[in-house]
Amino acid sequence: MNDLLLEVENLQTHFFLDDGLVKAVDGVHLHIRRGRTLAVVGESGCGKSIMARSLLQIVTPPGKIVGGAIRYHRGPGDVVNLLDYDRKGPEMRAFRGREAAMIFQEPMASLSPVYTIGNQIVESFRLHFKVSKAEARTVAIEMLRKVGIPRPEARFDAYPHQLSGGMRQRAMIAMALICQPNLLIADEPTTALDVTTQAQILELLQKLQAELEMAVVMITHDLGVVAEMADDVAVMYLGQVVEQGSVDDIFYNPQHPYTRGLLASIPRLEGATRARLAAIPGTVPHPYARPGGCPFHTRCRERIINRLDMCKTEAPPLVQVGAEHHARCWLHHNQGVELSSEAVQLASLPLTTTGGH
Amino acid sequence: MTSYILRRLLYFIPTLLAISLVTFFIIQLPPGDFLTSFEARALASGDQADLERVEQLRERYGLDQPWYVQYWKWFTGILVGDFGYSFQWKQPVADLLGQRMLLTFLLALATTVFVWAVAIPMGIYAAMRKNTVGDYAVSFTGFIGLATPDFLLALVLMWVAFFYFDMSVGGLFSPEFEGAPWSMAKVWDLLGHLWIPVVVIGTNGTAGLIRILRANLLDELHKPYVETARAKGLTEWHLTAKHPVRVALNPFISGIGDTLPGLISGATITSIVLSLPTAGPLLLQSLLSQDMYLAGSYIFLLSILSVLGVLISDILLAWLDPRIRYQ
Repeated sequence: MNDLLLEVENLQTHFFLDDGLVKAVDGVHLHIRRGRTLAVVGESGCGKSIMARSLLQIVTPPGKIVGGAIRYHRGPGDVVNLLDYDRKGPEMRAFRGREAAMIFQEPMASLSPVYTIGNQIVESFRLHFKVSKAEARTVAIEMLRKVGIPRPEARFDAYPHQLSGGMRQRAMIAMALICQPNLLIADEPTTALDVTTQAQILELLQKLQAELEMAVVMITHDLGVVAEMADDVAVMYLGQVVEQGSVDDIFYNPQHPYTRGLLASIPRLEGATRARLAAIPGTVPHPYARPGGCPFHTRCRERIINRLDMCKTEAPPLVQVGAEHHARCWLHHNQGVELSSEAVQLASLPLTTTGGH
Repeated sequence: MTSYILRRLLYFIPTLLAISLVTFFIIQLPPGDFLTSFEARALASGDQADLERVEQLRERYGLDQPWYVQYWKWFTGILVGDFGYSFQWKQPVADLLGQRMLLTFLLALATTVFVWAVAIPMGIYAAMRKNTVGDYAVSFTGFIGLATPDFLLALVLMWVAFFYFDMSVGGLFSPEFEGAPWSMAKVWDLLGHLWIPVVVIGTNGTAGLIRILRANLLDELHKPYVETARAKGLTEWHLTAKHPVRVALNPFISGIGDTLPGLISGATITSIVLSLPTAGPLLLQSLLSQDMYLAGSYIFLLSILSVLGVLISDILLAWLDPRIRYQ
């Protein structure tokens, strides 16, 4: 497709720790499209942040990208595999900050405490564009105004600890967008903020995205943020994307048992007041003890209902379940298993309203 | 900022008064004094000139009066530049210290520059290459430096310089320049001699600072703001030098306060081994022979340096770290 910006194929990022190997990202496939927002959701430790850092190759040892491809579509017919570049090399550094920028979870910790906001914004701009300090200052102040910081001329010379949390995150956004990147990666940008500020920041991101026509990858565990922001959604579990589709596909027609479990665990206003929240049974397995076969099989109700033994031994492939909708599950693989129609119904009944497929 | 510095300078006055009082009190505590024994010798030899001299000094510094009167005379003298009289050297203390303080200060400055120039790059390197051969090499060198006694290193270096480079060792000047007036040649000669004491005195501090910087930097290297800088596309060296190193240097800066007096008084043993014309050996002698005005003035100067050092490091810290400045 010609609106494709970044194509991630079988990305693998592993951590070589003293106690063993942790496959933080283990075969991720993703399509990131121009002008659209892709939300990556999953529990803590599912590898979503490491996946995001892998896109910029800023994973540091003991972490290392060991396989896969990240194809960047610069323009029509101009495609490069970012993993061909050395992670410290000039091509990769020219990509970082300029073509793709990142904002982080903790705006206080993510800004250096000993430099002014302005200094840190200009740093990025002057690195990628050869402009004078005065010009950079003008552009940076304009950017600060654009992200809704009042009195930007004065704020330019303020230190991070002189700003509120929301203002700091706005400054972070200004810093990331100063070079007008094609891709913005936002790693839980609102997690550390209070609820009203969250809404303002999300609104700002949407506005700027439309203005700059950039793609956004939004890392989050908050399905509310997903519903608000996303065009497409990728659900991650233990280093793999288990389901990817449009936001409507994911919310109204989820195909992977894990996605269904996540959606079922959201508290709903219209539910019975005394009803227990549905929770996915068990806990995320320890990274050193990854289950074989499908990584979710230890907690999957539908496997138990369907008595699928192959999930324990065979890793399921990514199966197309809709036009732009994929799920990594044996339940949807025609050749893999023969399910009684009764079993499929049984599996989907208690969890979703729209049924299986 | 200006009012902060002014306020700190005002605190100086009572601090220094207290220090000088205590110093003087302690120095005159031991029974007997230099002058009494000097007078006894003069009486025995019947040297009329010496006896007159003793009488003059006794008059000038109130030596037959209680210690607080002596203190007052000494301290008010200092305010007009009279630091007292060295009985042993038969010279005004100001002249005696003046010659030596310049060289001492030069040595201290050169040593500090050496320590920082070596310790900062090595510490950064060790932290960035943590647990690699390079890190182990730096750490090993550092521990050797910490463990080697200064006087031993001084002896070894003197031997090497003498045996292999045929240099005149000991002191800060070659014999032909010893009493000569200052000239380019003399400065050049000084630089040729300076490196041995600089290396000897600096090694210990260098080793310690490498350890401190490595540990501090390791704490900072994985902070989120470093990742932010990396995501901007900066090179590893650029981003490390600009962001985490700047924060990791704070303990260095607060250490300046101790460095100033430490370099002067701490180098006494080395100075004696290398027979350097600096202030350290002079203090030791003056204390041994109860040369009270020399010892007192010397310690008073050291105290000023300590207080000044702390002030300088506080100002530098406030300048470097905005979080301190705005408190």
